[in-house]
Amino acid sequence: MRGDLPSSPPGCIPPAHLTATPQVHSLQELRRSASLATKVFVQRDYSDGTTCQFQTKFPPELESRIERQLFEETVKTLNGFYAEAEKIGGSSYLEGCLACATAYFIFLCMETHYEKVLKKISKYIQEQNEKVYAPRGLLLTDPLERGMRVIEISIYEDRCSSGSSSSGSSSSSSSGGGGR
Amino acid sequence: MGEREEQRGGGAPSGPGPMAGPAAPTAAKKVVRKWEKLPGRNTFCCDGRIMMARQKGIFYLTLFLILGTCALFFAFECRYLAVQLSPAIPVFAAVLFLFAMATLLRTSFSDPGVIPRALPDEAAFIEMEIEATNGTVPQGQRPPPRIKNFQINNQIVKLKYCYTCKIFRPPRASHCSICDNCVERFDHHCPWVGNCVGKRNYRYFYLFILSLSLLTIYIFTFDIVYVALKSLKIGFLNTLKETPGTYPSHSVLICFFTLWSVVGLTGFHTFLVALNQTTNEDIKGSWTGKNRVQNPYSHGNMVKNCCEVLCGPLPPSVLDRRGILHQEENAAQEETCSRGPSAQGPTAAQGPGGQAEESSTQQDGSLPHPSAVSDPFCTG
Repeated sequence: MRGDLPSSPPGCIPPAHLTATPQVHSLQELRRSASLATKVFVQRDYSDGTTCQFQTKFPPELESRIERQLFEETVKTLNGFYAEAEKIGGSSYLEGCLACATAYFIFLCMETHYEKVLKKISKYIQEQNEKVYAPRGLLLTDPLERGMRVIEISIYEDRCSSGSSSSGSSSSSSSGGGGR
Repeated sequence: MGEREEQRGGGAPSGPGPMAGPAAPTAAKKVVRKWEKLPGRNTFCCDGRIMMARQKGIFYLTLFLILGTCALFFAFECRYLAVQLSPAIPVFAAVLFLFAMATLLRTSFSDPGVIPRALPDEAAFIEMEIEATNGTVPQGQRPPPRIKNFQINNQIVKLKYCYTCKIFRPPRASHCSICDNCVERFDHHCPWVGNCVGKRNYRYFYLFILSLSLLTIYIFTFDIVYVALKSLKIGFLNTLKETPGTYPSHSVLICFFTLWSVVGLTGFHTFLVALNQTTNEDIKGSWTGKNRVQNPYSHGNMVKNCCEVLCGPLPPSVLDRRGILHQEENAAQEETCSRGPSAQGPTAAQGPGGQAEESSTQQDGSLPHPSAVSDPFCTG
């Protein structure tokens, strides 16, 4: 699995547009060739009501694979996106009233604000997978594909564990600094 | 960029396109969409675009009553009243009629907010967590009820575990025994619209009963005006003889009975919307009484509650009915279905008010439980 990733000096994250195709291949190959060790499920956090928020509690299974701070940042950003999608304010009321006035026929041609944010979330998760999670042998699944119940994190087995852990730690320490 | 979007897929708005890469001869095979393998007792039409409950008889009756009454109204009364009083009368009636039909079809055909069942990995993970919390139970003893406690707005809310869907239900969600699905912000299962009423279609349902009330009042009023006007000219008995059969009296009777039930229902739901409650919570008495928690979802302000329920953001369906089913997902789905609803777990001690749903799901979902969570106001 390590050999499939484009060779780059540790600590250097190549720009996305240059490595677009090879990174996608590596994600696909990650799913196909690497063996799935286990899955971790990050549950919903209902302390704020029924809004879609996920728990930022760090799962113990990820202890050796990824830094706590990176994981928490991902979850907090996702929570921020969902809060934006479900925000009740002037623009959402306007959309609702306009839709009602047209007997909801407007939804046949217009995308709702929620759907737009979900597309942003999907892009963000893909970007996170490429930059942060795939190099560590992890894969995030979009909660939308799991009914908004959980964030599923697939943990793949390291083939060459010693080599990957050292390269993983060095790239993660530098990506922690620069990979925002 | 676009290629990447196609491959990752969006989920609800547009299902993932066929995956480039694996050499599956999709041209030769018939494409299987996800709705064909969805568990639960729903009917799907138009290749997954329309989603309804299984029993649709009463829905057809609703359609017949509305279309029939309006057709007769437009055919007979409107022609007379448009000439005698104003042409605006049929125009306004047409607007109300179209709005009522649009909202009815939206309520009936859309996903009420069904929560998809947990895939085997997720279900196993949750079971492990539950066992870790409860510890090993000595043989012969009943395991403790599967409940999680959460604090919302300083109130403790209990989350119950659904044995059919193998998930902890989000707050305000409930399992509909008729459709055999967990539905978010479950209100009730309405046989008149042939679907559950939940988070995603509650506003359509409310607007439907509101516009139907207005339409019924409108037709009722103008039926009486019509009979009165004609009676002034040619006498009451002659009016009844002239129009086909005793049509005006039929229409008036239907409207009269519809009026009381639909207007009453609209009043009840207006009350619920103002307090941000669901029918399910109202029936179970979740937020009433001294010893119960207060409704943590209400904003305290009626206008704000109304705005949130009726004009708030609309989440898209997470069911992805029209997505194309891939082989490995097919295998996972079949595994979930073959296991069936878990036979383990107690029927009692599920927490107050939860027993109706839990016991009906324990019956393996084979017989719809008629008394569970049907709207008592929806007679019939």
